[in-house]
Amino acid sequence: MSGGVDSAVAAARAVEAGHEVVGVHLALSRMPGTLRTGSRGCCTVEDSMDAQRAANIIGIPYYVWDFSERFKLDVVDDFIAEYAAGRTPNPCMRCNEKIKFAALLEKALALGFDAVCTGHYASIVTDADGNRELHRASAWAKDQSYVLGVLTKEQLAHSMFPLGDTPSKAEVRAEAAERGFSVANKPDSYDICFIPDGDTRGWLGERVAPETGDILDREGNKLGQHEGAVAFTVGQRKGLSIGTPAADGKPRFVLEVRPVSNTVVVGPKEALAIKEIAGTKYTWAGLPPEHPEIEFACDVQIRAHADPEPAVAQVISVPADPSATPPVEAHTELRILPTEPLTGVAPGQTAVVYVGTRVLGQCTIDRTVSAVPVKSDNVAGPVPADSATINA
Amino acid sequence: MSVHFDHAYLDHAATAPMLPAAITAYAEAMAVVGNPASIHSQGQNAKRMLEEARERVAASVHSDPIEIVFTGSGTESVNLAIKGLYWARAPRTRILVPGGEHHATVDTVEWLAQQEGATVQWIPLDTLGRIDLAALAAAIAEDPEDVALVTLLAANNEVGTLQPVEDVAALAAAHGIPVHVDAISAYGHVPIDFAALHATGVSALSVSAHKIGGPVGIGALVLSRTITVVPLIHGGGQQRQVRSGTQDVAAAVSFAVAATAMTADLDAENRRLRVLRDSVIAGVRAAVPSAVYNGDPDSADSGTAGRLPGNAHFTFPGCEGDSLLFLLDVAGVSVSTGSACQAGIPEPSHVLRAMGRSEAEARSALRITLGRTSTQADVDALLAALPVAWAQAIGAGMADSAPRAYT
Repeated sequence: MSGGVDSAVAAARAVEAGHEVVGVHLALSRMPGTLRTGSRGCCTVEDSMDAQRAANIIGIPYYVWDFSERFKLDVVDDFIAEYAAGRTPNPCMRCNEKIKFAALLEKALALGFDAVCTGHYASIVTDADGNRELHRASAWAKDQSYVLGVLTKEQLAHSMFPLGDTPSKAEVRAEAAERGFSVANKPDSYDICFIPDGDTRGWLGERVAPETGDILDREGNKLGQHEGAVAFTVGQRKGLSIGTPAADGKPRFVLEVRPVSNTVVVGPKEALAIKEIAGTKYTWAGLPPEHPEIEFACDVQIRAHADPEPAVAQVISVPADPSATPPVEAHTELRILPTEPLTGVAPGQTAVVYVGTRVLGQCTIDRTVSAVPVKSDNVAGPVPADSATINA
Repeated sequence: MSVHFDHAYLDHAATAPMLPAAITAYAEAMAVVGNPASIHSQGQNAKRMLEEARERVAASVHSDPIEIVFTGSGTESVNLAIKGLYWARAPRTRILVPGGEHHATVDTVEWLAQQEGATVQWIPLDTLGRIDLAALAAAIAEDPEDVALVTLLAANNEVGTLQPVEDVAALAAAHGIPVHVDAISAYGHVPIDFAALHATGVSALSVSAHKIGGPVGIGALVLSRTITVVPLIHGGGQQRQVRSGTQDVAAAVSFAVAATAMTADLDAENRRLRVLRDSVIAGVRAAVPSAVYNGDPDSADSGTAGRLPGNAHFTFPGCEGDSLLFLLDVAGVSVSTGSACQAGIPEPSHVLRAMGRSEAEARSALRITLGRTSTQADVDALLAALPVAWAQAIGAGMADSAPRAYT
């Protein structure tokens, strides 16, 4: 119970469904910010008190469990490392993957519980054979199945989402008010909970030492200098401070962040269009496709609030390549080809694959291919035309 | 699952059940109108009730009534002593304090260090949780003229170890350094003789009502009549100008009832508690052979008293203390892991850390504390629930360990 309205209503519904419920608030920081205004999802004393007051009203026991060390290791440090590696991580997904449905679930199962019940807007559907599937919530606007895309069959077997069928958030707030929860009108949390003022760049800047490096175009020509590659995200336009304008006079966007060489690659907006996405870290949310190595039709969603886009996907075997730097072992990856090129795709993001409303699985994106080839008449840099950009 | 009101309550160190007589006296005194500072007869009546209460509380610690300064809590009493002595002793800057103190002391001296330029010197504890007297003597000797005060617990609130308060006082008194004793956890469990302590060099001593069956919301600083402290609260000049604010007659009356009842049969109650406590220790050891008993190992048979009679403190290697606490709670037994911060997060025991134990050990602590209402049935309930709880908690492991498979 985060101290927000969703988990409070979810707990109340679970009680009414006949379950024995214990309210657990996750302590994710040893130094909780005191009495921050508004809701930022977790970590504050006020949130902890709000959660406890909701538990009191529901009539369930309430405990605070300390996962601060695991959270720091698996979510906060991972977030910093991912940015330092030039990727764009989603810490909420990492928290679901490593904390809420892993560390918390493990501890709960060991202590005699059967499942973790949360206030996520998503549905679990059991098929004719008793297999659990993860589906979108009935209220598409509030659907949070994307951030649960990392859950595996085993995790889904021990998960409950009582808000999945709710038509709207307004209905949940109304129900909370009816139940007498003080949090009925508490604002939703949007920001990253461990960055209290929402200034992600500033927060990262204090933790990743920035180093001056080059800004290149796709052909490898040096266009200017930056003060630290970590400050840039793929798709970013502002803050490039390039003196010379592009030949076509159009604005340039960050296409790629290369942490090893500490360079930032920029180019025209069209070059942001991505025709291929791939990731070696993929999971299936329930039963996998019968033949994942055969191309299958699906929808792909690459951000929490993006629309699903038609695509085909398949699992590809990648042979070993000992001559590569670093050497590549034989492995498989999930490769997704959107029907129309996608924008706003960056390595580190999660691509969730849907079939209809069902979440089939996901991968963390580690490779993208631009839909727009580099002009080959002026190749000065190390970027071959139409290359895969591998951020390792 | 519902909240159990028939729990075996084994957390008397957190707060003790109120004595029925203290509740009655509290309610009756609240019905009496009159500010003890008022001159009319109703004020005088309130004043009479207040001062009778002060006399009875003074008797419970063998002090003069004028030496009892009522406060709003034990923590306020500790703050008043430490800050008040520090400011009164300006320009001296050194505060000597053992490791493993209660947060009321730790946070107060750290605040003085940050805000007022104090230099805090932490005196090490031995493995039983007892202050290293040689280290204290050496610390004083570094610059005795600059020591503002020495403060220490009479008994550690987590592991129950009694401190050699007279020896500490003697070391400080040789240099005219005032000593404050936080006796909040000791009060009601071991005899406190402020007159005798003052003769060895103790200047001030803190107690709290709710640890002995009185109400929450009132404590006292026993402050020698020869000692000046700078007040924290200014106003009407009540209580020797040390603690302004309208005095809480009803709380003082209730406090006095508990104090009198507590002192009446202290020795007999201690003998009873030590036997009960030893049955906890034997039972826990039988149920969980790997459990480590922490603090001074005195027992009912040993004849020595190095530990609070109602305190049994264990570490359970491989378990989170808060997992055990949860499982025992579900089974109807209330215990503690030590201290929790304001968000309710169990903290690794800083007391065990000060005793030289690892972070993992400090997270696996469980404090079982007995008091006046404790019975063998409470102990039996604990021992009946413990084996299953321990096995499950071991399964849950430590929160910072590597994840396991869950199917």
